[in-house]
Amino acid sequence: MAPSFDNLTEDNGTYDSEEEIDFSDLKEQYDVRLEQGLDAFVVVDGLPVVPEDSKPKLVKFLVKQLNKAGKVKEDGFFMPTNNKGMTEGYAFVEYQTPQQAIAATKQLHGTAIDKRHTFAINKITDVERYGREGRIDDEYQPPKIDDFAEKEHLRWWLGDPNSRDQFVMLRGDNVGVFWNKKKDPPENIVDRMHWTESHVQWSPLGTYLATMHARGVQLWGGPNWTRQTRFPHPMCNLIDFSPGETYITTWSFKPIEVSEDDPILSQEEDGKNYIIWDVATGRPLRSFQMHDLPTPPESETGQPVKKKVPWPAFKWSSDDKFVARMLEGQSISVYELPKMTLMDKTSIKIEGVMDFEWSPALPQRDSVKTYEQLFCFWTPEIGSNPAKVGLMSIPSKEIVRTRNLFNVTDAKLHWQSQGAYVCVKVDRHSKSKKSLATNLEIFRVREKGVPVEVVDSIKDTVINFAWEPKGDRFVLITTAEVVMTTAVPPKTAVSFFCPEKIKGAGVGNFKHIRTIEKKNSNAIYWSPKGRFVIVATVHSQQSFDLDFWDLDFEGEKPESDKDLTANLQLMNTGDHYGVTDVDWDPTGRYCVTSASVWKHTMENGYHLYDFKGELLREEHIEKFKQLSWRPRPLTLLSRDEQKTIRKNLREYSKDFEEQDRIEEDKEKGAIVEERRRVLSEWLAWREKEEEELKAERRELGLKEDVEEEEQADGEDGGGAVVEEIMEEVLDEVEEIA
Amino acid sequence: MRPILLQGHERSLTQIKYTKDGDILFSCAKDQVICAWFSANGERLGTYHGHQGALWTIDIDPSTTLLASGAADNTVRLWDIRTGKCIKVWDFNTAVKRVEFNDDGTKLLAVTEKRMGYLGTIVVLDVKVDVEAEQSDERSLVITCDESKATVAGWSYLSRYIIAGHEDGTVSQYDAKSGDLLINEPVHEDGGQVTDLQMSSDRTYFITASKDKTAKLISARDLTLLKTYPSDTPLNTAAITPKKPFVILGGGQAAMDVTTTSSRQGKFEARFYHKVFEDEIGRVKGHFGPLNTVAVDPLGRGYASGGEDGYVRVHAFDRGYFDFGYEVEREMGLVGKR
Repeated sequence: MAPSFDNLTEDNGTYDSEEEIDFSDLKEQYDVRLEQGLDAFVVVDGLPVVPEDSKPKLVKFLVKQLNKAGKVKEDGFFMPTNNKGMTEGYAFVEYQTPQQAIAATKQLHGTAIDKRHTFAINKITDVERYGREGRIDDEYQPPKIDDFAEKEHLRWWLGDPNSRDQFVMLRGDNVGVFWNKKKDPPENIVDRMHWTESHVQWSPLGTYLATMHARGVQLWGGPNWTRQTRFPHPMCNLIDFSPGETYITTWSFKPIEVSEDDPILSQEEDGKNYIIWDVATGRPLRSFQMHDLPTPPESETGQPVKKKVPWPAFKWSSDDKFVARMLEGQSISVYELPKMTLMDKTSIKIEGVMDFEWSPALPQRDSVKTYEQLFCFWTPEIGSNPAKVGLMSIPSKEIVRTRNLFNVTDAKLHWQSQGAYVCVKVDRHSKSKKSLATNLEIFRVREKGVPVEVVDSIKDTVINFAWEPKGDRFVLITTAEVVMTTAVPPKTAVSFFCPEKIKGAGVGNFKHIRTIEKKNSNAIYWSPKGRFVIVATVHSQQSFDLDFWDLDFEGEKPESDKDLTANLQLMNTGDHYGVTDVDWDPTGRYCVTSASVWKHTMENGYHLYDFKGELLREEHIEKFKQLSWRPRPLTLLSRDEQKTIRKNLREYSKDFEEQDRIEEDKEKGAIVEERRRVLSEWLAWREKEEEELKAERRELGLKEDVEEEEQADGEDGGGAVVEEIMEEVLDEVEEIA
Repeated sequence: MRPILLQGHERSLTQIKYTKDGDILFSCAKDQVICAWFSANGERLGTYHGHQGALWTIDIDPSTTLLASGAADNTVRLWDIRTGKCIKVWDFNTAVKRVEFNDDGTKLLAVTEKRMGYLGTIVVLDVKVDVEAEQSDERSLVITCDESKATVAGWSYLSRYIIAGHEDGTVSQYDAKSGDLLINEPVHEDGGQVTDLQMSSDRTYFITASKDKTAKLISARDLTLLKTYPSDTPLNTAAITPKKPFVILGGGQAAMDVTTTSSRQGKFEARFYHKVFEDEIGRVKGHFGPLNTVAVDPLGRGYASGGEDGYVRVHAFDRGYFDFGYEVEREMGLVGKR
């Protein structure tokens, strides 16, 4: 019972001293761990037991070992001896800083001293904290190991009998995964509210669906869309999978703050921005801080230009064996997986390096038998040295090829998807620095000596470039005007290039096929299988063209193109108001253009086209945000098997067409059946209503068939003649009396 | 199908009505004037002056003798159609948003706005269908809407019920004799104001249009939902076509709701849906503001739409309209017997 005001004595009103109240339980609960001055101390166990006289030798050896993680304080090593003059197998060591002590526990704990002894290093405060009386059970409790539970089949969707593709669609707060059903509304597989807090992303082989949350990233998969893994990177903004989905990089703009009792993250991750995780275990491999962005250059108005955070900062080699990060202008650090150790313990110094790209596939250089990965990089002009583009082989760090360039303003590196070519798009300024022009320097990586072919016939600035996937043709878009953020979209020209025909094996020189002038196009989307390409105008207020091109048109080839390895044909054009994104499905059969509410709020939704540019369906969805196709892993069929399939395509297509027809008939039949039902239901309802109305009229003593009468009237009235009097003034004379 | 453009109003249209024979069209707008037009050629027959506020609503009695109108000047007026003379003024406390005659023209309902401390009401006035007769001042019935104000209302078959659409998206059925609330159905989304309510020709069912972007077909007998017509824009009006089983919906983004209103973005089209199958079957462009009102010729020969842009567009249906039919309808012999 609470003390009432009456029985309060004077003494009770004020406490004389705190001692009268027992705070011990609260104290324990809210104990603030004060700096005990012991943070630099560690307890080293597992040492050899030696007699007094060989102790100095041992101490000297041990200090040397322990200095690997920091600097042991002078007189900071204390190894007690017992009354028999023997050491006890342990020592107390004081480092110069608490950080060094932590480093020692991380790096040296569990490492071998000699063949028989292993370091066991703990912070002295931890010994106090965890080893205090009552904290340790005297009896050994074996850790509980969960029974093996079979996981769901993560590639189940590939077994679809109709080989349909899936896509994920984000609209409003709902995330749904659907089967593409061509002309028909997509079939929903799963739909969850608030499944993600920003966007969703498929892993590169389609195994996982990643969702973003304030507390980290989650991966989902299997037919029931169960959670497979999570990566508790708080406030994570962006993620990037390695090409083989073995690892994932997470990044947050805000440095991570790790709490004391975090089950996954350790103090190691505190203050970092990037974490590289192992996808299978969900454990962090290594974490990194963001490089300070180089001081932003000032724009003409004196305002500092906001620089984008380079993404992905960590670039993966095609086989997941290396990951590299560039420190702009200085070096590239290559890390080896799965240990995430810096290759050769040092970064590769490349003065002035501006950008680099790994080869997207295992390079197959002429007469190189050993394993290697390649990356391409470029450096600008520094002082009197020319700008350079280089190809570096990893792990040998040998520079395979370099090329000097002059008057370079900017360069972009474009690898062909099989790593056969790398095209360096070089923006060059004239001596007066007034006009810009673009050169293409194409490195033929697979040919002997890596020859470089230069395409310098382009007069204007190239604003976009794309290689044909698995092919050797490319498309580029040029503009004469300097791209400015004005309301009027700049006039652009689209050019197509392909190698010319040569005798024997090999690829001929790149030749210009055709240029289409007076376009507004700004984006190139190749089919993932090559051959077909969409040239589009996206993010524009006025223009929304979609041009569907075929580079191997099966019709007649113009005489002028007979030496070229392409027959260019515009198959179709489309128009999607407010289009912001274009996505090919992984098989190259369909293509989705979408207008996302992230960019504007007008007519959000998507259009589905087939590869020929025929519009299959369109859907307007309010608050439509994102649509992305589920990628497919590489085919398991051998080259020959694929060839046979391609050869017999016509026969297969017969079957598929038959299937489509049956399906269509079935659906048509179902629709007709449904309509018939709806219509007869309606007619029955009407009849009943009319009957009832008649009966009610009769009750009221009114005429029964007013309606019919009216109807009849109507028929007559339908032919009513309207008399129209037209008056026309021919002449008007004013008479003055 | 080239429409006739009627450019007689200076401000946005609020309601259009055809006479029972479909030969004359009445329109009212916020410019305080009622116009009468020949529906066949768009010639203006006359105007009715007298209201001191924006006109919200008009209706014509079945014998085309009297015209009733309701306006923001808090009055309902009765006019002699032939002479254009105002023969009666009923005063109310607030603006009148909707008037409608019952099927024999002897009763007139009026929906009054909720404002200045007055609740929204539905009032029934007794009318003598005679231009010479003395009209009674008395309100024969007053229904007060204390839940959510009524925005539109109409008479059911045999004047048995009064059907009202409300601001909160519900539809009510009142007993037309006692004024008792019989049914209140949440037909539209909560807050999706019912903007129009038009009866079928025999008044056994009706269509409602709502700000929730849908129109619904509802039975007048028990308010069962018969059909739903979804669209992608807030709707202001909906009408049922006689002869052909279609409905016409009109609406569009209100100018205040969009920052950049192009005619593409505005969705200012009349949309035709199949009444039974609920499919959209066509659109008619033309207005450059939202459609406020659509009316159909009671004989099914054409329709007229009135827009926020101040124009009335009168359309005569052409051959293709009458020939259109689903395969299923042809099977049952419902198409072609015009």
